[in-house]
Amino acid sequence: MIVTIALKELRVLFFSPMAWILLAVMHLILTWVFLGRLDVFLELQPQLLQIANPPGITEVIIMPVFAMAAIALLVITPILTMRSLAEERRNHTLTLLISAPITLTDIVLGKFLSLMVFLMLVIGLLVVLSLSLLIGGSLDLGLLLSNVTGIFFLITCYIALGLYISSLSAQPVVAAIGALGILLGFWVLDLVVDNNSWLLKFSLLKHFEQFNHGLIDTFSIAYFMLFVLLFLVLTIRRLDNERIGM
Amino acid sequence: MVEFGFDYFLVWNKKFYGKIEIRLNCKGFVMNEQTAMLPLSARGLCRNYADTTVVHEIDLQLRKNEVLGLLGPNGAGKSTIIRMLTGNLAPSKGSVKICGIDLTEQPRIAKTHLGYLPEVPPLYQELTVNELLRFVAQLHRMDKQALQSALDYVKEQCGLSDRGSQLIGTLSKGFQQRVGIAQAIIHRPKVIVLDEPTVGLDPNQTREVRQLIDGLATTSSVVFSTHILSEVENICDRVNIIHQGRLVYDEYLTTLKDEGKSLETIFMALTGIGN
Repeated sequence: MIVTIALKELRVLFFSPMAWILLAVMHLILTWVFLGRLDVFLELQPQLLQIANPPGITEVIIMPVFAMAAIALLVITPILTMRSLAEERRNHTLTLLISAPITLTDIVLGKFLSLMVFLMLVIGLLVVLSLSLLIGGSLDLGLLLSNVTGIFFLITCYIALGLYISSLSAQPVVAAIGALGILLGFWVLDLVVDNNSWLLKFSLLKHFEQFNHGLIDTFSIAYFMLFVLLFLVLTIRRLDNERIGM
Repeated sequence: MVEFGFDYFLVWNKKFYGKIEIRLNCKGFVMNEQTAMLPLSARGLCRNYADTTVVHEIDLQLRKNEVLGLLGPNGAGKSTIIRMLTGNLAPSKGSVKICGIDLTEQPRIAKTHLGYLPEVPPLYQELTVNELLRFVAQLHRMDKQALQSALDYVKEQCGLSDRGSQLIGTLSKGFQQRVGIAQAIIHRPKVIVLDEPTVGLDPNQTREVRQLIDGLATTSSVVFSTHILSEVENICDRVNIIHQGRLVYDEYLTTLKDEGKSLETIFMALTGIGN
């Protein structure tokens, strides 16, 4: 059932030009950053050779590109998640799902899965982009893997939060702004809070930074998973409350 | 342990009839013999919004192969009742059983027997007719072979045969309503619930929908809401009049005819000003 719903979601998503534009824009931005870093690397190469243990292309090119992708996805995910429940409500199609012999969990997980698949496409393109460097040099594949793992967990969090905000509203735009506001809030947290504050433990991007530097921390993974679980459960509860509520 | 109880229903025309109900109670499992056989039954259904009660103690029964009309003025609570019957709204009090299965306790199993067309047809404008109907059939766990024949059959039933690959967003209101009905009946449910199925249709389309409902009653039981008297007179076997959230009248139309009463007079008397 989850797959059935996810497939329908993807069909609707790819029917609209938005999905294609988002993919194109994402790829454009990331490729731009990628080429910029490649340029920097080529300039720095002579100097790097003089250092005893020089950073390789993975550190100079791929790490910043993934860091940029984390920020770009932060902005783009709310645009994708905004419609998932808010628009169903506005178009009265949520009734169709609720009257069908499926659970609310199926509905929410189906939507979550479809958005995951879509954003994995973005990551897939990013990985292909990174692997293209193999033509001219060697990559630290471990570091690349750690970055991919990190960004994978990061987007699950973005989507779960976006879905929840979308479940609160019947206006997709309100849902988008709400989710974007909260995600930006998480980002600003990094910038304004001082380095030893306990608040940083809640920062999504700080946790991602670990993966970005090649450190797969189980605490971070646990935090991401709890974050996703919390918001998915809240979404399901919210839909259930609508049936019971006022 | 067997428990006997009496249940009375007061009918408007002052006729009193008692119903004997046998409850079998074994190891905490209560099976209501009488309601188990009914396609759809609701008991003591109440619904409050904040402090106001919108629906008061509704008892509703839909018998096999019957077309039941829920008649009432606008704002009488028909849609609220229908939303509770289909599990879209939880009742504040009371229970709904579909084919004897409690909708609150086992929603997933109960809903397999249910087809529902809400007031606004729930259609994804971005999908084609075929895609939507296929999706609905999959949600109802139809297997692949059954799906194709069901799809063809339901399209023919609803006059959509040549619209299969058209986007729903480009269809006219009348055709969208047909797709709405098609999505409610594609899985051949035992109970079909339609909320004002003819609203916004022209006279020809209205007649087609009526004929369709007539045909559906041969294999299923249908309950639909309306505020149009002629609709009830033309297609219903039985009518329930709802007024201010209460069930005020319950009678077979044949009985009405036999007694020479007009539905309009009754409706006016019950729901007119002063009531």
